Amino acid sequence: MWEQIASNQTRSAVVVASVGALLVTTGLALGAVFAGSGEGAMGGAVVALLLWLILWMVSASSGDKILLALHGAQEVRKGDHPILVNVVEEMAIAAVLPKCPRVFVVDDPSPNAFATGTSPDNAAVTVTTGLLRILNRDELQGVVAHEIGHVKNRDVKLMATAGIMVGAIVILAEMGRRAMWYGGFRRSRSSSKDDGGQAILMIVAPLMLILAPISAEFLYLALSRRREYLADASGALFTRYPEGLASALEKLEAGTSTPFAHASAATAPMYIAAPRAMSASGEAGSLFSTHPPIRERVHILRSMGGRADVAAYEAAYRGVKGESAVGAQTLAASRPVAVREASAGAGSTAEVDRHRAASNALLSASGYGTVTCSCGATLKIPPSLAGRLTECLRCGRRLPELPS
Amino acid sequence: MLIAVLVLVGLSVVAVLWLVSVYNGLVRGRNEVKNAWSQIDVQLKRRHDLVPNLVETVKGYAKHESETLQKVTAARNMAVAARGPAQVGAAESQLTAAVSGLFAIAEQYPDLKASANFIGLQEELTSTENRIGFARQAYNDSVMRFNNQREQFPNSVVAGSFEKAEMLELTSAAEREVPQIKF
Repeated sequence: MWEQIASNQTRSAVVVASVGALLVTTGLALGAVFAGSGEGAMGGAVVALLLWLILWMVSASSGDKILLALHGAQEVRKGDHPILVNVVEEMAIAAVLPKCPRVFVVDDPSPNAFATGTSPDNAAVTVTTGLLRILNRDELQGVVAHEIGHVKNRDVKLMATAGIMVGAIVILAEMGRRAMWYGGFRRSRSSSKDDGGQAILMIVAPLMLILAPISAEFLYLALSRRREYLADASGALFTRYPEGLASALEKLEAGTSTPFAHASAATAPMYIAAPRAMSASGEAGSLFSTHPPIRERVHILRSMGGRADVAAYEAAYRGVKGESAVGAQTLAASRPVAVREASAGAGSTAEVDRHRAASNALLSASGYGTVTCSCGATLKIPPSLAGRLTECLRCGRRLPELPS
Repeated sequence: MLIAVLVLVGLSVVAVLWLVSVYNGLVRGRNEVKNAWSQIDVQLKRRHDLVPNLVETVKGYAKHESETLQKVTAARNMAVAARGPAQVGAAESQLTAAVSGLFAIAEQYPDLKASANFIGLQEELTSTENRIGFARQAYNDSVMRFNNQREQFPNSVVAGSFEKAEMLELTSAAEREVPQIKF
């Protein structure tokens, strides 16, 4: 996916610049509406430009931390959920990442996942407990591979940067519209001098405030949809098992009817499946949906003809959509990769065990200790009670020491 | 005369620069191959460490399977002793077959299947097996890149001192047993 990485770097520059330009235009319009003069418009543009610079710096340096904090994500270590951590490590090996990404869990019944990080060296993969509950090992591997595909294709930083910028434009424009609504236009004192220009400004500025956020979001969404297909192609290649991702996506489609409490319009394009809040408003496949329709993604993954390489994905994509998804250079470097067998015992883990493992992951990642009493009861002790709870709640016997 | 000398000097400088860049490229390729191999090595060691634990755990529940257990231990010891891609490939394939045979036997012992120790080991071995597969893919990719780089003209003029890298083949017993139908 070298071509994709190179083109991503050009695109990031283009997107960041054009969203920046839109931001400045919004500032101009806002200044014009507030001050009603040319100087006011310039002032607005300068303020918007400063805001843009600050946002860019913040999102580049700590965008991932902000996003993880917004979701209340807990870092998961090997002992908390062995399967999840193992799967992430496997995919890091398959993708030849320089370092294994960190793993986080969000307590949310809606099944979803996303990746964060500024580069492949400091990436992180986050999944919801809802996802851990419904997917078997192969499916989980497919989802993680899709996210690692985003990391490998350098999508993550761009999406986070663009998302924060678009958010800023939306907020600015909203402010402007409200100011117009409640405050009306302020008349310039020197209205006699440049009445014609003033009138045009007064018509154009409100229009700008309506159009800027729409076009910003449009730019952003157009970027994110193609990336989903490419990450699917990477996911199939890394796992060598397209069926895992396909069946995971089907389960996700059924599962996203559970609303994702942590999702918002700005973060929607990051997830593997469009969260409920978004998919309810837009029809599948419309210009404003952040994700391509899941049924189409599944159909492409299932028409790869027993192969898992990028060229097979390209052929399947062409068969379904009638156009090309992957760059020519990447295709030339692709060599045929056969699909592997389903992993042994992948389906055997009972659903109740998966539920328990998901809850345990969250509890032990939050510092809960687990103690098994000789009467057979297993106690999960919150960090606030560590060392204070010394007797079993069921039989009253003395509990063994908490393993630290 | 002066011009001819200058041209000659210029040409030889270009030739030396070219040699250096080709040589460095080949060294980089060889290091990539070495690096990828050490990735596989880490995972193979991990499996060699896990197998004795598995054997011990199974022994506690299934005493009558000593023959299978011995086979696994023997395959593991052979895999530990193997050196070089060809030998390692053969020995590790046998170990894979032996371990999956052991898991098949475990199906008959419900107590064993339900023990937390066994479930944990099964997950670790499954994951290690996957990692070996993925690391092998990455290794073979790097071998192919290096060998192409080495054989292509004009690099092939310089590449004499670089040995050809060997791919790692791991064919499972099941794969080998399937009759190949050719038309």
